[in-house]
Amino acid sequence: MGAVVGTLTMQTKQRRPSRDKVDDDLEMTVVCHRPEGLEQLEAQTNFNKRELQVLYRGFKNECPSGVVNEETFKQIYSQFFPHGDASAYAHYLFNAFDSGHSGSIKFEDFVTALSILLRGSTREKLQWTFNLYDINRDGYINKEEMTDIVSAIYDMMGKYTYPALKTDTPKQHVEAFFQKMDKNRDGVVTLDEFILSCQEDDNIMRSLQLFENVM
Amino acid sequence: MSQKTNIKNGVGAEVKLVVKVFDLLPSPPDGVTMAAGVAAWLPFARAAAIGWMPVANLPMPIAPTDKNKRQDELIVLNVSGRRFQTWRNTLDRYPDTLLGSSEKEFFYNEETREYFFDRDPDVFRSILNFYRTGKLHYPRYECISAYDEELAFFGIIPEIISDCCYEEYKDRKRENAERLMDDLEDSKDSKLPNMTFRETMWRAFENPHTSTMALVFYYVTGFFIAVSVITNVVETVPCGSTPNQRDVPCGERYTVAFFCMDTACVMIFTVEYLMRLFAAPSRYRFMRSVMSIIDVVAILPYYIGLVMTDNEDVSGAFVTLRVFRVFRIFKFSRHSQGLRILGYTLKSCASELGFLLFSLTMAIIIFATVMFYAEKGSSSSKFTSIPASFWYTIVTMTTLGYGDMVPKTIAGKIFGSICSLSGVLVIALPVPVIVSNFSRIYHQNQRADKRRAQKVQKARLARMRISKTGSSNAFLHSKRNGMLNQALELTGSTGEDRHLNKTTSLIESQHHHLLHCLEKTTNHEFVDEQLFEQSYLESALQSLPSRSPSLSSQEGITGTCCSRRAKRGSRPSSEAHKPSHMHPHTHNLQELSAIHIQCGEQRTLNTSRSSLNMRPDESGGLNCKSSSQVTTAIISIPTPPTNNSPTSPEAPPNLASNSSAGVVKVSAL
Repeated sequence: MGAVVGTLTMQTKQRRPSRDKVDDDLEMTVVCHRPEGLEQLEAQTNFNKRELQVLYRGFKNECPSGVVNEETFKQIYSQFFPHGDASAYAHYLFNAFDSGHSGSIKFEDFVTALSILLRGSTREKLQWTFNLYDINRDGYINKEEMTDIVSAIYDMMGKYTYPALKTDTPKQHVEAFFQKMDKNRDGVVTLDEFILSCQEDDNIMRSLQLFENVM
Repeated sequence: MSQKTNIKNGVGAEVKLVVKVFDLLPSPPDGVTMAAGVAAWLPFARAAAIGWMPVANLPMPIAPTDKNKRQDELIVLNVSGRRFQTWRNTLDRYPDTLLGSSEKEFFYNEETREYFFDRDPDVFRSILNFYRTGKLHYPRYECISAYDEELAFFGIIPEIISDCCYEEYKDRKRENAERLMDDLEDSKDSKLPNMTFRETMWRAFENPHTSTMALVFYYVTGFFIAVSVITNVVETVPCGSTPNQRDVPCGERYTVAFFCMDTACVMIFTVEYLMRLFAAPSRYRFMRSVMSIIDVVAILPYYIGLVMTDNEDVSGAFVTLRVFRVFRIFKFSRHSQGLRILGYTLKSCASELGFLLFSLTMAIIIFATVMFYAEKGSSSSKFTSIPASFWYTIVTMTTLGYGDMVPKTIAGKIFGSICSLSGVLVIALPVPVIVSNFSRIYHQNQRADKRRAQKVQKARLARMRISKTGSSNAFLHSKRNGMLNQALELTGSTGEDRHLNKTTSLIESQHHHLLHCLEKTTNHEFVDEQLFEQSYLESALQSLPSRSPSLSSQEGITGTCCSRRAKRGSRPSSEAHKPSHMHPHTHNLQELSAIHIQCGEQRTLNTSRSSLNMRPDESGGLNCKSSSQVTTAIISIPTPPTNNSPTSPEAPPNLASNSSAGVVKVSAL
């Protein structure tokens, strides 16, 4: 009797996991993504067809499924900075690229951001940078956010630097930054303050034009 | 002036030696470090660098321009008639291989406008896939030496074979190497003239077929082992009875004869053991080896027996000792390769055997308990206790069934039958695992190559680390080369800079520009591990207590020499690193040689400093006149020269930094 009941329960238990497995398979296939047509992307961005082709080939090579998740993004970005730890900065970059907050970057997001960074106007570039620094997207950059960003940048340097990094180096850097940017001394930097201050600084203006010929 | 030459001589001697080695060593593999697809993401990484710009306080360096910017084109690679096509950029990802560099121009065919290679097209498939995907795979059907030749032809190092295929590659390579070594050993039968008597003896012991004396010795010892074992056996056989006594074993009847035989055998074994001990290259290791322990155990009972008198109390123990004489049979394993292999495979199957034993023990205990309680009721039951039931369980489970203990109750019989059925299952299940394990090991590893695999893995990780640090070293290299070029340009020797300028690909120069921008953003420079630790040691030795608060770490790094020295003074007080973390990430091998060389350099510095008559604890070390600061300035990586003529301070720094780069190279390899 007990054996009969035992076998019956075993069978029902078996049926449930298989249904979950099918659901899992469905989920996996949905993640694969194809971008919109080439003409649409050409219209939306400042790239021509050839450049979009080159970009997509590189993108698809590294991410065959068509989307980049944060882990892959961090790995790719870390390869360029073998000295230190680029994962923190890559995290902020990922959030800046992922404008739809979907947790993954599709090719359209990628290309839109690149279009701004490489072919956009100065105002657009500065706006994008402001969005990068404004981690919680509240429209203001406060000292904690800036410290996080600057610490992440310093992390990429690694340990073996000259002069050696001290623990308060990022903080001092943030202080200097706020000195320059925060016009009304209210402890936060708004978008207008940011753009105004950057436009006053020749170094920054020059360096924004630095990567014009990247593609 | 003389002080400077002193320093130069101190460091220069080291440098000369090291630079010579440096010339021989290959440059770090720049392009191989970055994976293929990642190079395609370089424009994105550079664009994202705009995020650093508002944070930076310094002007950024100029970006490298693409001098011959041409549209990406398809190129045709004709390999023995099979045409492969790929983008030119794909091949340019690895500029230090044949296909990625200008070396392929040698194979360009003008008429057909394609590159022709007279090589194996099947292997070329894997090689081209390496450019496409960044992963090099080793096809299993390919011969290992053919594959190695192709890799060498196309300039690809085998260490970058990806993990999925690397084990297979290494196994095949090792088998090949062993085969070659065996062939070499067979052909190398002639006696080396400069072998000492001891070495000859050892060689004779280990390889009996090398000389006739060794062969004779081999057979003589084998014969005596056999004689000894047979005497042990025959000793116990009852032979001939005198009418008034029971059968006596032969040992007691012919005591003297057997004693003489035993003595002779033990003499031979002792002499053999002593000769082996004398000839062994490492006596301690020989004494620890299994074979020598067997030898000792085989001859010890005889000597103990000699020492012991005919005391009644210890004669019992003496008899037990004689059992150990049977260990002489294990001496045969020196004579038989098969026995050694059997022993090794049993040793490596230890886990499966252990599992078998464990599961059997579990089953025995369970069934013994059950049988005991089942048979408790019946009278005149042989199952007096649970340990007594163990015997029944073992006999039943192994289907021996002696019949000395049988259950009488019905419950006992039921459980007894269950016991015998389960015994068949429990024993039958692990045994095929052991058998398959045995055959796998026997076919694959005849030698103890687990240890060898460990060494290979270590060496591989070391080489991969070298190629990884190659990328960071590549950046520092190009910085130094850039500095050297600038110095040479300023001194007006334009003919040499082309010679010194390492041709870096566009991708590499763009990557370096990106790293340079990061340096400017954070106002700190990348330095070598060695230099970093050296400068730390420097500052620790100087132990300047005072710190100048006015100088922040931000500005003025490229400023005057005094500010730099002051900063150096301010560092030890704020240094977070402890001396124990001196060599955090270096590989063992690297570490060892790195320490030696570093100490060497330290010593020269100390002598130079002492010759300069310095007081390192001078609190006034901030004084620009103290030459100890000059020594430290030499070690550091020089920042780009701002105004004055940098020839003299530039040349030794580059030598020193080259020496440290050379140090890195020497220790790494």
